[in-house]
Amino acid sequence: MREFQGRVIAAGTVKAEAVVSHEGLNTLASFQKALQFGDKTATCGDQNNPDLYGKQMAGKALCLPQTIGSTTGGLVLYCACSMNRQPACMLFSKPIDSLAAAGAILADVWLDNVTMPVIDCLGEEFLAYVKDGMTVTVGENGLVTVE
Amino acid sequence: MILTQEQQAILDGKQGETLAKVMKTLIQYGEVFGAEKMVPVTGRHNHLVTSFGLKALGPVYALMDQLIEAGNVSKQTFSVDPRPLDKKVPANFLQNFIFKNFMYSRQNFYEEQLNKLGLMEKDAFTCTCYMDEVGNKPGKGDVLSWAESSAVVYANSVLGARCNRNSGIMDIMGSVVGYVPYFGLLTDEGRRATWIIEIKTTKKPEAQLLGSAIGMKVMEEVPYIVGLDRWLGTELNDATCTYLKDFGAATASNGAVGLYHIENLTPEAVEQGRGLLAENVQTYVIDDAELERVYRSYPVIWKNPDATPKLCFMGCPHMSLQQLKDWTDKVEAGLAAAGNKKVKIPTVFTAAPAVLAEFEKTEYAARLKATGVITSYICPLMYMNNPLSGKMPVITSSNKLRTYTTAKYYTDDEILAQITKGGN
Repeated sequence: MREFQGRVIAAGTVKAEAVVSHEGLNTLASFQKALQFGDKTATCGDQNNPDLYGKQMAGKALCLPQTIGSTTGGLVLYCACSMNRQPACMLFSKPIDSLAAAGAILADVWLDNVTMPVIDCLGEEFLAYVKDGMTVTVGENGLVTVE
Repeated sequence: MILTQEQQAILDGKQGETLAKVMKTLIQYGEVFGAEKMVPVTGRHNHLVTSFGLKALGPVYALMDQLIEAGNVSKQTFSVDPRPLDKKVPANFLQNFIFKNFMYSRQNFYEEQLNKLGLMEKDAFTCTCYMDEVGNKPGKGDVLSWAESSAVVYANSVLGARCNRNSGIMDIMGSVVGYVPYFGLLTDEGRRATWIIEIKTTKKPEAQLLGSAIGMKVMEEVPYIVGLDRWLGTELNDATCTYLKDFGAATASNGAVGLYHIENLTPEAVEQGRGLLAENVQTYVIDDAELERVYRSYPVIWKNPDATPKLCFMGCPHMSLQQLKDWTDKVEAGLAAAGNKKVKIPTVFTAAPAVLAEFEKTEYAARLKATGVITSYICPLMYMNNPLSGKMPVITSSNKLRTYTTAKYYTDDEILAQITKGGN
């Protein structure tokens, strides 16, 4: 078990199974199929991301460095949250990028009954340590426990 | 964050609950990036990235309805990215059925929302809103709330405006409340270059390849490019601006560049020169071999890498008027040299509706039509971004289209050879 301290972007506590992307997550490419074709598990549709392609993202602790790709990224993430197909939490090893931040904040401010804790600045060691299937607990104040 | 009295009043709900939520969104967004204040949006027009009535984006349209119902429309009129559909672009029966009835079934509904929110005019749909023909060209120092990455990097770098690489929806929030958080590329410090790029090629580098190489190297940082004025000159004329449009889009999509400086050419580099360099800059040298290495590194993700191309897209970002004219000459000459009358691969040149309207007034329009090339205002990305089109072997000279879709990249000369002589 290890603990990692990050910065809170969207507050909340949650316990979930990890799914890990070591590359930047292309939000549009990853979520488009899930939103378009009614896939409630939000299976990652980005063929260029070998870590995540074909894996369920909804309800998981999504661990990643940053998001990349189209500047529609924020609104795609917002839609995933609104349709209840969002990850249980998003945990960034690096400082969050402007697209993911937009998605997280839009969901936080504009959606009632949706909680998706978002923590950034967890460090490279976090991403090196956490593996698919591990249990991740997000506590208050940005403390992330991986076991 | 320190707010003015007016900003605080908005946040406190004095102008309604919805506008308070808009302000709260932007403040939270700014705080993540260390913004200490909100500054007025000063550009004459906004530009929005979300142009498509995609069925899957229902929650976005619900949010737009909240803004409209509360009377919180955009304080500036705006242009929008290109429309996702155009009957002129070849598509089979199944594609057409899926586009209209499934994917983009809310296009008309969303365009009606855009009208209510402040669309400049009914055909203001293009990613190159800064073209003279379109009329959304910000001035130097204007503070913007744009999101389209290719337009943001052009406005910052070529026009000297100030805009962060925002997400869709955040763009309209800025012009609804009239303020954006002050951080990143809005600040003098954020506009300093952390990379020197030395161009040492033996010929004018391909814009789309050079942009790709720089984008992949510096990612979201600011590059200061030396040695490119040798090939581009020191004047921001039509040809140079067209080059920078394509170059910048590649830096922004292959990396996440929001601003570049080119020595002796772009406005801030002309004014401040190497005073723009931050301390401890890194250096990246680009020669012919490096560009070749980058070109060879692109993965081909066609199912059959040797398939005969079924479609060619040029114009992501949308082509300029000069580019349409130049390519008319090139395609005619290429066909004549090959002994062909029409292009051998269905080819679509895309441009802003206003640019196409001007092009139609020239003698080039009939000449281009005679070659079989189709002109359209479509967004090639939106056309490609579905499983059916994704399986088509499409070629392009756009490095942005290559990055986001299954389209295969070729240099301009290679594209010309393919469409005039035949595929492969």
